[in-house]
Amino acid sequence: MFNYLYRKTSLLLFISFGITAFAFSLYYLFPGDLLTNMTGITNITEENYQFLADKYKINESIITQYLAFLERLYQGDWGVSINTGDSIYQLIFNLLPATIELALYALIYSFIVAIPFGVLSASESHPWLDKGILSLSLIGFSMPIFWLALIITFIFSISLGWFPTSGRLSLVYDIPPETGFILIDILISDVPYKAEAFSDALEHLAIPTFVLAAYPTTVLIRSTRQSMKSVMQKSYIKAARAKGLSTWQVLKRHGLRNGLLPVIQTLGIHFGTLITLAMVTEVIFAWPGLGALLVDAIHQRDFTTIQGGLLVISALVFLATILFDVLYMIFDPLARIRGHGKI
Amino acid sequence: MKINISEKLQKMTTKLLANVFATGLFVFLAGCQPKNETNLLANTLLYCSEGSPDLFNPQLVTSGTTIDAVSNQLYNRLVKINPQTGMVESDLARTVIISEDKMRYRFYLRAGVEFHTTDYFTPTRTLNSEDVAFSFARVFHSNHPYNKVGGGFYPFFDGVEFAQLVEQIIVVDDLTIEFRLTDPQASFLANMATDFAIILSAEYAEQLSEQGLEENIDHYPIGTGPYKYEHYVTDRYIRYKKHENYWASQPNFEQVIFDITPNNSNRVAKLLTKECDILGYPGASDVQYLENKNGIDIVEASSMNVSYWAFNTSEPPFDNPMVRKALSYIVDRDAIIDAVYRNHAEPASSLLPPNNWAYKKIDRNLDFSIEKAKAMLTEAGYPDGFDMDIWAMPVQRVYNPNAGKMAEILQQNLSLIGVNANIVTYDWGTFRKKLAQGEHDSVLIGWLADNSDPDNFFRPLLSCAAAFSGSNRSAWCNDEFDSKILQALSITEPEQRKAFYQEAENILFEQVPLVPIAHAVRYRVNRDNISGVELNPYGGISFENAKKHAKKTDKTTRAKEGKK
Repeated sequence: MFNYLYRKTSLLLFISFGITAFAFSLYYLFPGDLLTNMTGITNITEENYQFLADKYKINESIITQYLAFLERLYQGDWGVSINTGDSIYQLIFNLLPATIELALYALIYSFIVAIPFGVLSASESHPWLDKGILSLSLIGFSMPIFWLALIITFIFSISLGWFPTSGRLSLVYDIPPETGFILIDILISDVPYKAEAFSDALEHLAIPTFVLAAYPTTVLIRSTRQSMKSVMQKSYIKAARAKGLSTWQVLKRHGLRNGLLPVIQTLGIHFGTLITLAMVTEVIFAWPGLGALLVDAIHQRDFTTIQGGLLVISALVFLATILFDVLYMIFDPLARIRGHGKI
Repeated sequence: MKINISEKLQKMTTKLLANVFATGLFVFLAGCQPKNETNLLANTLLYCSEGSPDLFNPQLVTSGTTIDAVSNQLYNRLVKINPQTGMVESDLARTVIISEDKMRYRFYLRAGVEFHTTDYFTPTRTLNSEDVAFSFARVFHSNHPYNKVGGGFYPFFDGVEFAQLVEQIIVVDDLTIEFRLTDPQASFLANMATDFAIILSAEYAEQLSEQGLEENIDHYPIGTGPYKYEHYVTDRYIRYKKHENYWASQPNFEQVIFDITPNNSNRVAKLLTKECDILGYPGASDVQYLENKNGIDIVEASSMNVSYWAFNTSEPPFDNPMVRKALSYIVDRDAIIDAVYRNHAEPASSLLPPNNWAYKKIDRNLDFSIEKAKAMLTEAGYPDGFDMDIWAMPVQRVYNPNAGKMAEILQQNLSLIGVNANIVTYDWGTFRKKLAQGEHDSVLIGWLADNSDPDNFFRPLLSCAAAFSGSNRSAWCNDEFDSKILQALSITEPEQRKAFYQEAENILFEQVPLVPIAHAVRYRVNRDNISGVELNPYGGISFENAKKHAKKTDKTTRAKEGKK
């Protein structure tokens, strides 16, 4: 186990180096003045220039510059946005919870829906059920998310008027941001309209969560089905049944635990895609998260914001992948001796 | 055995599914529970606006977006225009006494008018003459400490030469203030009633000067209006709270929110999903789409505007009135109103729109006739036609939703009389600059009135003074016409003024420095549980009397409103 964690930690170091080195190289790769790319300040005066050049060590070797960059990253001095002049560190960490929140709820939703469906479709008694679920999940898997989003919005928002089309919370409610997670913020706030705001937040969550969950749900259904199928054929299941355990007991003690292990791994592999899709979803539903910020920054050529956003998103994906991997190890002792340095 | 197991397995998952479904349904129902009437949503007015305001002081701008967002919500004027009658009535001034010679206007202010109390300012006194003097001195006196704050440009006041008109502002006592004019000008009161002539707090300005934060006066506003500033996030929203001590009445809403949504279809979608109560600047095609929807009220609001085709009369062949007259016959107003305005406009036979009090319906011969045009052009000495440019403005405005399309229609008709027209356009900034320099042959542009006074259509558009300063796009200067509109200004009796303006219109009809094309209709589009929203024909929207009803307003009240 420690050996395994040690391996993972060294991997973490290497990848961190890769990501930061790439982010650092963007200073040189983006067009425009080097110091502007680094600081985000567009009109640097003469006297300021000297001060900033010293601070950012631009006249020294690349290695020194890179080390200074790492130090600033660690201190939270990420420069300011070229367009708005806001602190990038503040900007990103104010918006990050919104992205995580959306992805997390979509993930929970897909778990709740996909696992029963996967188990159901693994049952061999009703091949039509299996076929039905499989074809539905294939449709969900292959449907472009922006198209699905528009269809759902058109039916449930525009035609039926059940759900709002955009945003996280109606502008009517003024909730002070504490954690950045809207549902938690509402619960810990002391406003008189808490219940009203909470149900409004749920209404706003409904469509984006559903749309974003479409992809992980279909992936999970398919992987649950496959692994349940193979697990239920294993001899230890037969042995358990021979002991006289009920179906529920067999499932709970042996089936699900073994069957869901590969599912955790699948999830880890698809987490990157999930974040990408979350960014698309944010843009479509005007969800004020990191993805929407990054897309705006790209449109407006706000290089400092692009760099900060890329750094945080890649770090997020990478950390989540490792986390899923560690989880997998905890649940499956066998995996600890399999393969080295896998991510 | 195997079958048995999977059956049980199926049963179990079904149970689980049922549970998930039940939880989902619960959350869903919780979300859809009927809103009770005392909640915040019922006490909030949501307006979907088309853009962000430049700042929070209308003195410094002419942009309709800013006026809509700011003027009537945060501020009051000394006098205001009744949107129904178009007449000037009292606002912060309870009475106005005008001297015999029409050179002195004495305003008697209301007592006990409270300014907003916010996180950044707590007033210690109510409105007095100092505030009025401050508000106007800032605009007029270039050496006033606040004159240069925010750039020092006051486009509306500069345009009507207000600084030259007002000789002196005299504080008579606490609640009396007198304006002395250099010239007896009938449009003075109408200009005082525009959305630009708002009253600021002198006490707040003093406090800001002490703190060295003068710039804040235009960004963290203090006024006397029904709502006060709470929060603004650029390009996202503005939140106003109720002004509890509003002098006129208790405001109907706890808060008014401007949801800034520049995309047209997103705004329409938000109206349909009840995320907005009122839709800002609906396009003609949106109005058509919304007409068949349930729960949406569409009311035609009068708007004082005109779109026209102006000829550069300093350039041949347009210096010849006959040529201009000939070209006026090729304007097919019906086709334009159908294709460009989608029938949301009236054909214009005069510069003044029909809802202006000085308008008089005269049946001028405005037929579209290629033969007449051809004959007249031959008579003028151009039997084979000529080459010309039509400049089409690149932006969409209330008075002209699509100048490019209009230019194409004209181009086609011109080709029938042998005139070869070339359509020219630039980006809006360059366009206006080149226009002011007189580089055009002819231009498709328009005018949206700032106030109810007919003068606002004549002097800025066609006077000799405007021909030199730039807003006269025809570069036309006619002494007879000028004397008519100046005479109309020097008297206050409406019927006499009307007669002068009609004479001016006649000269216009003969000389054709420009061809009026259409008066566009503006729409007020809102959810059917909203009433009392006032769309001022001269600019800003007002929510002062707006109400949100628990149930739909019944058909009869709606019909009544529609007739206004």
